Formats: sequence, C-alpha cells, structure tokens
Amino acid sequence: MITDPRHGQSSWELAQIKMTEDVVNRALEKVNLAKGDIDYLLAGDLLDQLVSSNFAARDFPAAFLGVYGACSTMIEALGLAGVMIDGGAAKKALAFTSSHYQATERQFRTPNEYGDKYPPYKQRTVTAGGAFVLTNQSGGAQLTEATFGKIVDLGITDPKDLGGAMAPAAADTILQHLEDTGRSADYYDLIVTGDLGKVGKELTIDLLAEEGCDIKNNYDDCGVLIYNSNQKVGAGGSGCGCSAVVTASYLLPRLMHNNYNKILVLGTGALLNKTISLQGETIPCIAHAVVIENNGKLSTGIGRENIRNDLATSIEDLSGVED
Amino acid sequence: MLIDYLLVFLAGGLICGLGQLMLDFTDYSPAHLLVLLVVIGCVLTGLGVYSNLKDVFGAGVTVPVMNFGFILTKGVLMEIEESGFLGLFTGVLERASAGVSAAIIISFLIAVIFKPKE
Repeated sequence: MITDPRHGQSSWELAQIKMTEDVVNRALEKVNLAKGDIDYLLAGDLLDQLVSSNFAARDFPAAFLGVYGACSTMIEALGLAGVMIDGGAAKKALAFTSSHYQATERQFRTPNEYGDKYPPYKQRTVTAGGAFVLTNQSGGAQLTEATFGKIVDLGITDPKDLGGAMAPAAADTILQHLEDTGRSADYYDLIVTGDLGKVGKELTIDLLAEEGCDIKNNYDDCGVLIYNSNQKVGAGGSGCGCSAVVTASYLLPRLMHNNYNKILVLGTGALLNKTISLQGETIPCIAHAVVIENNGKLSTGIGRENIRNDLATSIEDLSGVED
Repeated sequence: MLIDYLLVFLAGGLICGLGQLMLDFTDYSPAHLLVLLVVIGCVLTGLGVYSNLKDVFGAGVTVPVMNFGFILTKGVLMEIEESGFLGLFTGVLERASAGVSAAIIISFLIAVIFKPKE
C-alpha cells in the first residue's frame, strides 16, 4: 500500500514507474521466480507510449510486448498471455499494468493543479499496479477462456463520462462471450467489469436486460468494489490498475478459496486521447473478457496476504490441499 | 453610502454567480469562462458602457476578471487617440502591464514556494 502519491519520486510519472517496478518484483518474489525465468512480458498502461511499462521492463532479460487497451489493458494482456501459453509460445509469462491518478489526469484531461470541476459521474483513476504470473502448470486459479471484444462507439463525447461510454462495449462483449460458449449468464458465480463505475454498472445491467440477459444477481464492477462510499471519488474507480488489483488481490484469492468457482472478468477501455477529445470527437470503447476458474488447489502467492489469511481461517475444509 | 456597498455586492455577486452556474451546468471549462468574461469586458468598454458601470457598481465590476477586458480596451482606445492606428499595438498592454506583470511574478513565486501534493 502506497500512502504517498509521489512514492518518493520527483514526478507522478516516475512514481508510477517505481510502483510498476515494485509490483512486478513483488509478484516474482511471491512465486519464487527470477527475472530470467520469464519468457514473455505483456504490459501496458495509460501514459504516452506506455512508458511506465517500458521502464519497468528494462531490467528483464525477456521479450517484451507492449499492449494497449486503455483500462482494458490488464485483461487484454492476460488473454494474450493465455493464448501464447496455450499455443506453446511461452512457458511462463508475466502480465502487468499500472495507473496513477495524478499522472493520468494530466495525460487525459487537465492537470489537477488546473482545478477543473469534478462532476459526480466522473470516476477517479486508481493509483495502483497489478501483475499476474501465468504458467503452463496448474495452480490455484486457471485461465480457461478469453473473448476479445470489438470496438463500440455510441457517440459519447464527454471524457469525464467514461463509464457511460464503455458500458455498451462491456455489454457487447458479455453477449458475444455467452453466444460463443453457448452459456447463460448464471453459469458464472460472478461477472465483473473493470471500471464502469456506478453509472456504467447500471447502464450495463439495463443494456443486457434489453437483450434478455439478466445479470443482476451475479454482476459487479471493480470500479464500484474498490472504493467505499466515504471516499468521495464520484462514480467510483477507473484505470488499468483498478481491474488489475481487484482481480489479482481480491477476486483470485476468493476464487482459490472456493468463494467462487468460475468468474468472468472484463476489462473495459475508453480508447480516446486528449487531443482528439478536445476536437470534439466521440469515444470508441472496447471490452475484453477472460474466464478464470478455480481448480481445487491452493497455491502460494496468489492475492494479497491479509485477504488470503482472512479467507483461509474462515473456510475450514481446505487444509491438506496446499499445493 | 450603504446603498453603494449593496450595489457593489450585488453586481459582483451576480457576475460570479452566473459564472458558477455556467461551470456547473455546461461542459465549458474555467478557461472558457475566463475568456468569455474578458471579451464581455472588452465589448462593454468598446461600446462605452463600462465606465458608467464602474461609476455605479465600483468594485463589483472591477474585481471580477471582466475588468481586465476593460483595461486592455481602454489602453488601446487612449493610445489610438494619441498615435492613431499604431495605438492598437502600443496600447493593448499599456494600462494592463501592472496586472499582467503581477500575475506572472506572483505565479512564479507561488510555484517556487509550493509543490502540489494531490
């Protein structure tokens, strides 16, 4: 947990780079892997030219693939890494991403020092980084399927209302996934979108209800989950880091400890840049989905330690299956 | 005397209140509002109305940024009377120099002293 948004650095961007390096190192440390054990790195973030991922990847003797899907980057990278491992191109891949509130504000909207207004439907970019180690061996959680989304643009132009802009893309990918797999929405214990916030969450439920798909009971959004209502962050969290940390720190350990068996995680991205939105253009959006399933094993390292410990003590019948 | 205070308060409050409404209920940014107020000040000065407003409302119209439009335009108009067309170029910052210089110097000092945290 970082309490200083500068993270001991002299700029927001350097803070994000440091944070990304920290999270990548910590992820490897938890699974006892060295940097040389990784075959491929797949990463992206919200800064121009993906600098924080590029800089964090400098120390690795591994091939690096920059991935950009705005806030869907984490899920896009996970899906691609899964495809590479499944196809035999890699044995171990590391997918990571990060986002930083202050750095992202000045990248996409205006610097905070400018003092632009903060309407209630706006979301706050989460300052966080997340990393996933994917291997061809089985562990506590298994990536089974990925559905890559297509770009959906329904004409929203306000870069502060990204939840509303991204909801149709999320709904589209959910429907596509269910159609591809022939499943219904209640197949999953949880369907979770990346960072739609309160506005986008409601909109997604409505859009899917129009298509005859009811997800009210097993649907949530990482942007809504990550903050509590006292934190005054408008409609909730957003950013690459939002879906990354909620999935990695919170959902994966719950999955591993049998709170869920199958979850569908969507990353939702608004593919705008500052210049084009100032020119009044609309915001094309995208959503990618991955299915993560529990495979009855406990592996060390997954999720944040205190969440794991809470779960381990609250569920009794898992002793003896430690992997 | 008391009526003067009241007029100043009402005029200044009205200008700022309208500005706040514009920020709250439209998509325009603070920069748009700033430019709009300055342009309104320029136009009112060009039409010869601003001096009258100043006489009645005093600080109510000189404290909001509209007054910057007045100073810019007034400087131009005065220089044009003295040196003709060239006054458009020589006059525009003539009376505004104090305001512009103060903004630059004070901004510099604030930037030197403070560092944004959030």
